[in-house]
Amino acid sequence: MAKVRKVIKHIKVDADRCNGCRSCEIACSAFHAEPKYSSINPARSRIRVVTHRLKDIWLPLFAGGYAPTECAGRDIYTIDGKEYDECGFCRASCPSRDLFKEPDSGLPLKCDMCEGEDEPLCVKWCLNDVLVYQEREVWVEEETEAKKREELHVGIESLADKYGRDKLLDAIARMKEKD
Amino acid sequence: MGFHLEIDLATGNIEKTETDPKLTELHLGGLGTSVKQHWDRVPADVKPFDDENLLIFSTGLFNGTPAFSANRTVVTFISPQSELLAYPMMGGFWSAELKYAGYDKVIFSNKSPDWVYIWIKDDKVEIRDARHLKGRGALETQDLIREELNEPDAQVAAIGLAGENRCFTASIEQSRSSASRLGGGAIMGDKKIKAVAVRGTGDVNLADGAEFMRLMQEVTEYINFRNTHPIPDVMTIMSGIGSPQEMLHTDEKWHTEGFSWGNARKRRKNFWTEDIEKSWSGSQTDAIKRMISCYNCPQSCGALIDVENLPRYMMKCFSKLTYSMAAYVDNLDFGFKIVQQAQEYGVDGFSTPQILAFAVELKENGILTDKDFEGCPPDDDKEGRFFWLLDRLAHREGIGDVLADGTYWAAKRIGNGAEEFAHNNIKKHEQLPIKLGMLDPLYYLMYSTNEKISITQIEGNWPQAPFPEREQRERFVKDWPQVPDEKFKEYFVDWELRGEKSIPHFPTPPMCSEIVDWMEMLHNIDDALGLCAGMASFCLKPPYHINNYHQLISAATGMDVDRDELKRKVNRSRNLHRALNNRRGMSRKDEKPPKDHWRKRFPELEEELLSTYYTYKGWNHDGIPTRKRLHELDLDYVADDLEKRGILKDGQGQEGNQAHQG
Repeated sequence: MAKVRKVIKHIKVDADRCNGCRSCEIACSAFHAEPKYSSINPARSRIRVVTHRLKDIWLPLFAGGYAPTECAGRDIYTIDGKEYDECGFCRASCPSRDLFKEPDSGLPLKCDMCEGEDEPLCVKWCLNDVLVYQEREVWVEEETEAKKREELHVGIESLADKYGRDKLLDAIARMKEKD
Repeated sequence: MGFHLEIDLATGNIEKTETDPKLTELHLGGLGTSVKQHWDRVPADVKPFDDENLLIFSTGLFNGTPAFSANRTVVTFISPQSELLAYPMMGGFWSAELKYAGYDKVIFSNKSPDWVYIWIKDDKVEIRDARHLKGRGALETQDLIREELNEPDAQVAAIGLAGENRCFTASIEQSRSSASRLGGGAIMGDKKIKAVAVRGTGDVNLADGAEFMRLMQEVTEYINFRNTHPIPDVMTIMSGIGSPQEMLHTDEKWHTEGFSWGNARKRRKNFWTEDIEKSWSGSQTDAIKRMISCYNCPQSCGALIDVENLPRYMMKCFSKLTYSMAAYVDNLDFGFKIVQQAQEYGVDGFSTPQILAFAVELKENGILTDKDFEGCPPDDDKEGRFFWLLDRLAHREGIGDVLADGTYWAAKRIGNGAEEFAHNNIKKHEQLPIKLGMLDPLYYLMYSTNEKISITQIEGNWPQAPFPEREQRERFVKDWPQVPDEKFKEYFVDWELRGEKSIPHFPTPPMCSEIVDWMEMLHNIDDALGLCAGMASFCLKPPYHINNYHQLISAATGMDVDRDELKRKVNRSRNLHRALNNRRGMSRKDEKPPKDHWRKRFPELEEELLSTYYTYKGWNHDGIPTRKRLHELDLDYVADDLEKRGILKDGQGQEGNQAHQG
C-alpha cells in the first residue's frame, strides 16, 4: 500500500514554567481577529490558561475538536496533590461548559495552529518558553477507497444499532429532501 | 470613545455613560482622565469620608491590548491620610477584565446603606448583598465571590477588615497585587463596598493593530535583550527589568544593612552574616511555591507563598522585609507569616510595619503605657507583639483605634510628645525607611514635589548613584536609547562619587530639574497608559520609554501623537493634579522630606533646588502653576478657579517660568 508524508504539528506545553500572564490568549485572539490584529478578546482565544492561583494551577489548554454532546461521564484529576477542574484537561468545545466558544454566537473555536505563520502566535508571544512549537514528519498509509468504504459501513452500522434502522433511513431521507 | 460605569451607592442607580473622545485627546486615560473627573466633580472642601468623595477604579489606555505589562488599575480618591488626591495602583488582572467588559472606569459616588459587592459581567451590573462577607479576609473574599457567582474567571478587588474599619492605611487587594498606599481601602470601606468583581468577554479595539504588533515586536526584542543582559555596575536588584525582583533574589545585604530597622531608625551595618544569609535564603526558598506574573507580563515579580499551617497567599516586592525589619526580628519566617495575616486584613505593607514600630517606640519612651498594651505578649516576644498590634489596628480596638489613623494622625491624638516619633512622613504619609548621610538633590526634589507621596516616588530611568569610574559611566551611556536628550548622557558621565561634581551640588539645580521632570513625566505616562512602572519609568533602560511610547499610542488610538504632544498631554494632567491639591491647601510649605532623611542638610541649597524646579515646571514660588503655564496647557478654567479662590494672585501669572519644557 502507498505511503504518504504527513506533518504532525505539536505545541509542547511546559505548564510548570507558566507564570500565568495569559499573553498567549491575547496573541491568539488578536491574530484571529478580522481584520487581523484589529481587536483583542481572550474570550475568543483558542488557548486559555485555566487558572486557580492559590491552588498553584496554571494550565494552558488549546481548543480541540467540537463535541456536539457531552461525554457520558466526566473526570476529575488530581496530580501532585492538585485537584484539577472537572474535565480539566479536555480540549473539546462541548455543551457542558463555556470554554472555547465564540462569546457572541456560541460557535465552537478550534486551534488551527495559526496556519500560514512560521509558528503559532501563542508560542511566539510566550516569552517564558512555556509553549514550544515542533513539527514531526511521519509516513502514513494512504487511505484507499476500499478502506474509506469500510469505515463508512462501520459508521452506518453503529448508527443503525443506536437509533434503529428505520429512524436512520428516515433521517437519510430527510437529509436528501433538504439537499 | 469609551464608557464609564457610574454607580451611585446611595440610590443603587447604575449608568453606563459614554465618554467624550476629547478627554482622551486632552488627558489620555488612567490617572490623567481620573484627575479630570475629580477636578470637575469633587468640590475642594470635600473631606475623605464625605459622601461626595468619588472613588474611581480606572483602567489605562493600554489595558487589554497586547502591550506587555499594561495591567495597572489606578484607584483615585481623596486620601484620609494626606487629605489630597491619592492614586495608588495595582497590577494583577482586574483592569484588563474591566476593559473586556466594556468600561474604562468605574466611578463610585455616595455610600451604600449596608455592605455590598459589585458584580460586573459585560453589560450586566449588579449591586449584591455582601453582609455575609463582612469580616472575611481580603484574599479569601476573592475566592468566595468567584465560587458564589460560579465565575472562576472573574477578577475581584476586595478589602479586608482594615478597610471595613476605615483604617487609614487599608489596602485594596486583588490577585497578587494591591493598591495599598494612602488608604483606598478605607474609602472603599466607608462606602461599604466589600469588593468589585468583573468578568468581560468583549473586544478591545486597536486603530492600527498591525502597526501596534510591529512596534510590540521591537519592544519584545528589547525585553528579551534586557532579560539576558543585566546592567553591570549596579546592584543586582537594579540590574534587570520588571519590579525589583524581591521574590527571586535572596541576597538582602543591601536592604538589611542600608535601610533602617524599627521605626525607620537604625541601620545595622554588619547584619548580613553568613548565618543570616543561610537562614533568610532558606526561609525564602521554603516559602516560595512558584513565581508568578500580572496580566500579560513576561516577568515574574510575584510569588505564590506557602507557609506551613497558613493559608496560601501571593507576595510581591518589599513587604517580604518590612515587618521583620520594623519589628527587629532576625528571622525571615516571621516576615512570611505576618504578611499572610496583614494581606487578609488588607493593610499597606509599607506604612503598617512603621506604625507598629512607632507604637513600640512610644511605649519604650513612656508615651504609651502598659495599660495601652494590656494583653500584649511580653517585650521579648517581638513577633507576638507585632501580631498583637496588627490585630488591634485592623480591629480598631484599644490603642489600635488610634494607630489605625497612621503615625501622623495617631501622634496628634496621643500628644505628649508623640509627634517627634512620627518622623518619617511626607505630607502625613509614611515613607521608605531610609536614613542617609549626604543630601541627594535629585531625591530631595522627588520626595518633596510629586503628588504620589510615596515610594516609588518618581525615580527610575536615571541611576540612583554615579558609578565610581568614568569608564563605567561612559559604557552605561553608550547604549542608552531611553534618554529624551543627549545632554543627559553628558550629565551622567560628569557625575562623580566625590569632589566638585558630586552630590549635593552636582547635578546642579537646573540639571536636577530636567532629570526629575523627565522621570516624573515617564511615571505620569505609565499611569495614564496603565503600564507597570517596572517595565518603564521605574527601572534603568526599560523597554518602554519616551522615544517609543508615542508610536504605540498613535497605533493604538489613531491619534497622531508625537513626542512633544505626548509630553504636553501628561503635563496637562500633572498640572491639573497639582492645582487640585493646591486647591485643597497644599503648597511649598508641605514640600519637605523628613527632617532626618539625610544627616547633612543644606537649607539654602534646598530652597534653591525647590525654587529652580518650580520655575522649570512653570509654578510660582508657592508651587502653584502660573496662569501662563495653565494657559499653555489649555487649563485656563483652572487658572480662573485658582484666582477666584485667591490661591493664584494677580501678577503671579507671568513670572519666572522661562525655562520649562512643553
